[in-house]
Amino acid sequence: MPTAATKEIDARGSFCPGPLMELIRAIRDADVGDTIAILSKDPGSRTDIPAWVAKAKHEMVEISDEDGYSRYVVKKAR
Amino acid sequence: MAEKMSFIVFSGSADKLQAAATMVSGAAAMGVETHLFLTFWGLNAFRKDMVGQPLPMSSEAGDMAEMMGKLMMEKGVPPWSSVLADAIDIGDVHVHACAMTMDLMDMPKEALVDVVEDVIGVGRFIELSAGGSVVFI
Repeated sequence: MPTAATKEIDARGSFCPGPLMELIRAIRDADVGDTIAILSKDPGSRTDIPAWVAKAKHEMVEISDEDGYSRYVVKKAR
Repeated sequence: MAEKMSFIVFSGSADKLQAAATMVSGAAAMGVETHLFLTFWGLNAFRKDMVGQPLPMSSEAGDMAEMMGKLMMEKGVPPWSSVLADAIDIGDVHVHACAMTMDLMDMPKEALVDVVEDVIGVGRFIELSAGGSVVFI
């Protein structure tokens, strides 16, 4: 069962660096403790989302590979 | 990681502006102070009447120019100007116009899109970029 999130964003139609940008905006608008799930087909997201999460000091909850895309769950930690 | 990155945007070709805007986005996302210094053809692409106009590919594209343009359309690559607008929205990004090019092309500040913060001389750019990495594109 995938981890449920406060908000789910489908960025599968979005080209690099779109998914990361959408995630950053969603985290900015979220409350501390919220989780955001983002779906991305961009292979760059695999390195960029965890790197941003670490740099911005949030929490990478889960990365799962689905059919042709990945789902990233991030918790807003501050 | 560099805490500051500066991009000298000399080229006004579609592919190089795309690359520049994408790298600026990465820098902005990673919390790096980012400066763009628009000069020559790079500055020309920031004219109000140029944004949204189709731009040529760089000479490096050669025979692949047409195919690359098609691929960018097909894959829904967002226009460089919107990639840059997103970067400005999420990060610490500053866009400066080269005073010399403005003078050379008789271009008033009003002719440029609003993302351009100010018109500066190269000396000021050197001062702003000091201590960080500099990319020429």
